[in-house]
Amino acid sequence: LERSPPQSPGPGKAGDAPNRRSGHVRGARVLSPPGRRARLSSPGPSRSSEAREELRRHLVGLIERSRVVIFSKSYCPHSTRVKELFSSLGVECNVLELDQVDDGARVQEVLSEITNQKTVPNIFVNKVHVGGCDQTFQAYQSGLLQKLLQEDLAYDYDLIIIGGGSGGLSCAKEAAILGKKVMVLDFVVPSPQGTSWGLGGTCVNVGCIPKKLMHQAALLGQALCDSRKFGWEYNQQVRHNWETMTKAIQNHISSLNWGYRLSLREKAVAYVNSYGEFVEHHKIKATNKKGQETYYTAAQFVIATGERPRYLGIQGDKEYCITSDDLFSLPYCPGKTLVVGASYVALECAGFLAGFGLDVTVMVRSILLRGFDQEMAEKVGSYMEQHGVKFLRKFIPVMVQQLEKGSPGKLKVLAKSTEGTETIEGVYNTVLLAIGRDSCTRKIGLEKIGVKINEKSGKIPVNDVEQTNVPYVYAVGDILEDKPELTPVAIQSGKLLAQRLFGASLEKCDYINVPTTVFTPLEYGCCGLSEEKAIEVYKKENLEIYHTLFWPLEWTVAGRENNTCYAKIICNKFDHDRVIGFHILGPNAGEVTQGFAAAMKCGLTKQLLDDTIGIHPTCGEVFTTLEITKSSGLDITQKGCCG
Amino acid sequence: MEDQAGQRDYDLLVVGGGSGGLACAKEAAQLGRKVAVVDYVEPSPQGTRWGLGGTCVNVGCIPKKLMHQAALLGGLIQDAPNYGWEVAQPVPHDWRKMAEAVQNHVKSLNWGHRVQLQDRKVKYFNIKASFVDEHTVCGVAKGGKEILLSADHIIIATGGRPRYPTHIEGALEYGITSDDIFWLKESPGKTLVVGASYVALECAGFLTGIGLDTTIMMRSIPLRGFDQQMSSMVIEHMASHGTRFLRGCAPSRVRRLPDGQLQVTWEDSTTGKEDTGTFDTVLWAIGRVPDTRSLNLEKAGVDTSPDTQKILVDSREATSVPHIYAIGDVVEGRPELTPTAIMAGRLLVQRLFGGSSDLMDYDNVPTTVFTPLEYGCVGLSEEEAVARHGQEHVEVYHAHYKPLEFTVAGRDASQCYVKMVCLREPPQLVLGLHFLGPNAGEVTQGFALGIKCGASYAQVMRTVGIHPTCSEEVVKLRISKRSGLDPTVTGC
Repeated sequence: LERSPPQSPGPGKAGDAPNRRSGHVRGARVLSPPGRRARLSSPGPSRSSEAREELRRHLVGLIERSRVVIFSKSYCPHSTRVKELFSSLGVECNVLELDQVDDGARVQEVLSEITNQKTVPNIFVNKVHVGGCDQTFQAYQSGLLQKLLQEDLAYDYDLIIIGGGSGGLSCAKEAAILGKKVMVLDFVVPSPQGTSWGLGGTCVNVGCIPKKLMHQAALLGQALCDSRKFGWEYNQQVRHNWETMTKAIQNHISSLNWGYRLSLREKAVAYVNSYGEFVEHHKIKATNKKGQETYYTAAQFVIATGERPRYLGIQGDKEYCITSDDLFSLPYCPGKTLVVGASYVALECAGFLAGFGLDVTVMVRSILLRGFDQEMAEKVGSYMEQHGVKFLRKFIPVMVQQLEKGSPGKLKVLAKSTEGTETIEGVYNTVLLAIGRDSCTRKIGLEKIGVKINEKSGKIPVNDVEQTNVPYVYAVGDILEDKPELTPVAIQSGKLLAQRLFGASLEKCDYINVPTTVFTPLEYGCCGLSEEKAIEVYKKENLEIYHTLFWPLEWTVAGRENNTCYAKIICNKFDHDRVIGFHILGPNAGEVTQGFAAAMKCGLTKQLLDDTIGIHPTCGEVFTTLEITKSSGLDITQKGCCG
Repeated sequence: MEDQAGQRDYDLLVVGGGSGGLACAKEAAQLGRKVAVVDYVEPSPQGTRWGLGGTCVNVGCIPKKLMHQAALLGGLIQDAPNYGWEVAQPVPHDWRKMAEAVQNHVKSLNWGHRVQLQDRKVKYFNIKASFVDEHTVCGVAKGGKEILLSADHIIIATGGRPRYPTHIEGALEYGITSDDIFWLKESPGKTLVVGASYVALECAGFLTGIGLDTTIMMRSIPLRGFDQQMSSMVIEHMASHGTRFLRGCAPSRVRRLPDGQLQVTWEDSTTGKEDTGTFDTVLWAIGRVPDTRSLNLEKAGVDTSPDTQKILVDSREATSVPHIYAIGDVVEGRPELTPTAIMAGRLLVQRLFGGSSDLMDYDNVPTTVFTPLEYGCVGLSEEEAVARHGQEHVEVYHAHYKPLEFTVAGRDASQCYVKMVCLREPPQLVLGLHFLGPNAGEVTQGFALGIKCGASYAQVMRTVGIHPTCSEEVVKLRISKRSGLDPTVTGC
C-alpha cells in the first residue's frame, strides 16, 4: 500500500471534479494539487451566514453524489488508515484534505454541525455518515461497511419507520413531503387483557387524547356543581354514565385513526399493519396478524416504537389488573378502583375516576410525580385528597386475587409496607397499574444489526441528531434515553429528523425548556427546572423564587377554596433574574403555560414579567404581579382580589 | 399664596378610587407617604350606585367575567350529556340567583379595598371632588358637608362612564347601561343591546348564553380598533349561537308601551326604512365618556382634549400642570384597561416617591374580549401591521383548529382560529397575535411576554407544544396566508 505523501491529493480520484454542476471554482479545487490552496466558500466580504450556508450546501452535495467521501487531514495517521482500508477494498474515494484548503477549519465546523463529529477522518458511504476511523473499522468488521458500499443496489424504500405513533408518523409524513419513498410499520400487540387499537400510537389511542377527554368529563362534573351557584337550576342528582362517555371518546379516536390512515395515503406513505423486526442490515421482517412474513429493505430506518405500561411481576397482576392501555376503552364502569403508582398517568387516572364519583385509592411506593417539582407534586396530591381521592403511602402490592368475576368483578389486593412488616388487604372492583412504562426495544431485532440499547432501561441512546450507534438507524420518541416522553417532542424531533435527512435543514430538536402539563383535577403546568433541580444546578443562594397563591375569579362565586391555586417562578439572580423554572397549579394550566414557554425560549426575565401588562381577569396575569420571594418567608395567602 | 411643601395636608391626593387610583395610593403609602383617596359614585340615570373600587370591580371586568362564566357553564351543561352526565335538558337559569351571587362577590371586594386602604394608612373620603386651585380639592359628602384637601401631588383617576345617546327620544328615561345591568335584581328579559363595542358584544353574549332573547343593533363595524377579520368571526360565532343582529341600523326613539315593554324605532340605513321592535330592556353600549366635567379642571389649569374631554398628559403622565397627573381611562389616547391603569399608576408613584425613572410602555398591551368565544390579542392587528410595514413586508400565519373538548361535545369549531402577524424578513419578528377560542385570555398572556421579549416566528415555532391544549396551535402555525394553502388543522 502506498501512503499518501503530505501535500498530495490523496489516493482518491484526484483532479476529477465530483460536482461539475457547482462550477470549477469550488468543485475542481476540492482536490486541488499542492501549491494551489483551494477555497470551498466564496471569497470576499459576503455575509458570513450566507457563505456558511453555501459551504454547507456544497458539502451536502458532495456527500450526496459520492460513493465514498473521506474528510481527512494529510498528516493524520487515522485518516491514512481509513484511506488504506478503502484502497484495499478497491473502492475509489473522494478525499478532502482539510489542511490543504483555505477554509478547512470552516469545513470542519460545518461538518460537525451536520454529523455531530468534530474530528477527522469523517467518513460517508453512500450518503450514510459512518463516523471516524474506529467506527469505519468496526463497520468493516461487522460487514456493515460492505453492505453500505453495495448500496447503489436499490433498496425497497428510502426510509422505513417502525412504529406509527406521533413521532413515527410525523417523521414519515415529512420525509414523504420531501419526496422520499417511505414505509411505516405499525402493529399493536394486544395488552394482557386483550385490548388493542388502531393507528396513531399511545397519545391518540391510550394516552393524551382519551385522558384529556375523560379529564374534561370530570371537569364537567365540577362545572355542574358550580353552575347551580351561577343560577342554573336543576334539582336532580346527576349521575355519570361510563358507557356513554367511553363510547363517545372511542368514536372520536376511531375518527382520528382513520384520519391518520388517510393522511398517510394522501402523502403516498406505505402503511403496513405488521410487526417489524430487523433481520439483517438494512432489512426488516414484517409479520402481520395472520403470521404472514414479508421482508423489506431501506437505506435508512427510524425506530419509533414507544413504550407500554409496566407490570409489577406479582401474582395475579397480568391476569386481573388493567393498565392505561385498557382503561379508556373499558366496556364497563371500573367501580371502586385501586390505582397503583404515583406517575402522572396514575394521578390523572385517579383524578378523573374520582371526578365521576367513583371510590378511588392511590397506592404510592415513595414520592408523587417523580422528576417534577416536589412542592407542586405535593400540592397536586393534597388537592386530590381534599376532593375524595384516598392515598395509601409507602405501600406496594404483593398479590392480587380474584374474588368474583364480573364487569367489574371483585379483586382482593394484599400490600405490604415499604418500611416495616405491616401488610394490608383491600377489596376493589378494579386495579389499575400505572407504575411506569417500558420501551418496546427488546423484541425488534436490534441485536441483529448491533443497535445499542441501555440494557437496564431498554432505552436507546442517540446523539443530538437522533442517530443511534448504527449510522443509518435513527430513533425518536419515548424510547430515547434521557429525553422527555411527550407527544409534541416526538412530533418535533421526528419532523426535524426527516428535514435533516432529506431536506436542506440543519435544525436539531431542542430538548431544553420543554413545557408540559399534568391534567390532574387541579392542573399543573410547568416549563424549565423544578426547584430541586434548580438548586442542584445553580445552588440555592444564586436563585430567587417568587411565588403566590391565587383564587381564580370563577372559583369565588362557585364557592371553591381560596389559597389553593399556586404560581411559582425560579430565577437565576446572576443572569438578570432569568426565569429558569415556571410552575402553575390551577385551572387551564396548559393553556396558561404554553405562551410562557415561548417567552422562556426568548430569554424571559423577571423584569420582563413585571413590565408586561396582565390580562384581567385571568389566572395567567398572576405572573405579571409576582412580588413575594420565597426567601422572604412572607405570607402568600390571599385576602382580597385584584390590585 | 404659595404654600410651603409639607404644610399641605397630604403628599399625594388621588381623585378616584378605581383600579388605577387605588394602585397609586397603596404604592405611595408603601413608600411612606401621606396619602388620601377621594371617591364618589354618582348614581347612574337609573339610580344604580356601588362601592369602592371603580368600574372594573363594580360594573366592569369582574361582574362581566362572572356573568360570562355563568353563560359558559350553560354551554358546559349542554356538553355534559355527551360526556356521560345524565342531566335532563333544558336547564333553566335564574337571573336573581346569579346576580345576587355576583353582587355579593363585588361587595366583598369593595370591603376588601376599604380594608387594604386602612391597613396601609391611606385616608379614604367618600366625597365628590372638584378643584379649587392647583393644590386644593374641595369635597362634598353625601350630606352636603364640604371639606378642603390640599396636597403636593394630585393624581386624577376618575375613569369614565357609559355614554347615553343625546338625540334619541326616551334613551335616558328607559335605557340602561353597563352601569346598571350587573346590578339588576330581575332578569332583563328580551334585550336590545345598542352598540358594537366590546362591552356591547360581551353583554349580549352572556345574556344570550343564559337563555335570553338578545339582539345587537350596530350602525357600522364591530370592535373598532381590533383586527377586523377576528372581529367579524366573533360576530359570526355569536350569530350562530343565537344572538340576533340588526346591522346598519340606528335607533331613533324608545317608548314605553302600556304593558311596560319598550318599543324601539330604528332606521335601517341599507333600506332607508323605519322599523320597530319591542323589548323588555334596552342597553346602551355605544362608548364611554371621561368623568372630567365636574372636576373644575379649569380652576387648576389642567388641559383636556376639546373633542373627547379626556385629560392630556405627557409620557410621564403629567398634565399641563406639572404636579397634577392623570392615569387610566380618563386620559387621552390610553388603552382603557384595568391592568394598564394599575401599572401606569404604580410606575408613576415610583417615579414620584421611589426614585425611579421607568416610564410606562403602552405598546403591546394584551387584552381579551370575553365574548362567548373569547378573543385574545396582543400587538398589531393585521390592518395596522400592513399600514405600518406594507403588505409585502408582512407575513401572516394562521390556522383553523378544533379544541379537543369540542369533538366529543359535538360543538361547531368554525370560528376557532389563530393568526400570528409577523414581519416577512427573517428572523420574522412577531408583530401581533390573535386567538379566538376557549380560554383566550389564559392563552394570550404568556405569548404577550414572548412578544415583549422580541420573539421571532422561528422562536415561537421552536417552542414545544403542550398536548392537548388550544394554545399549542400557536406554536404549530405553519401555513401563511400568502401561500393560499388550507389552514385547517387536522389530526394532532
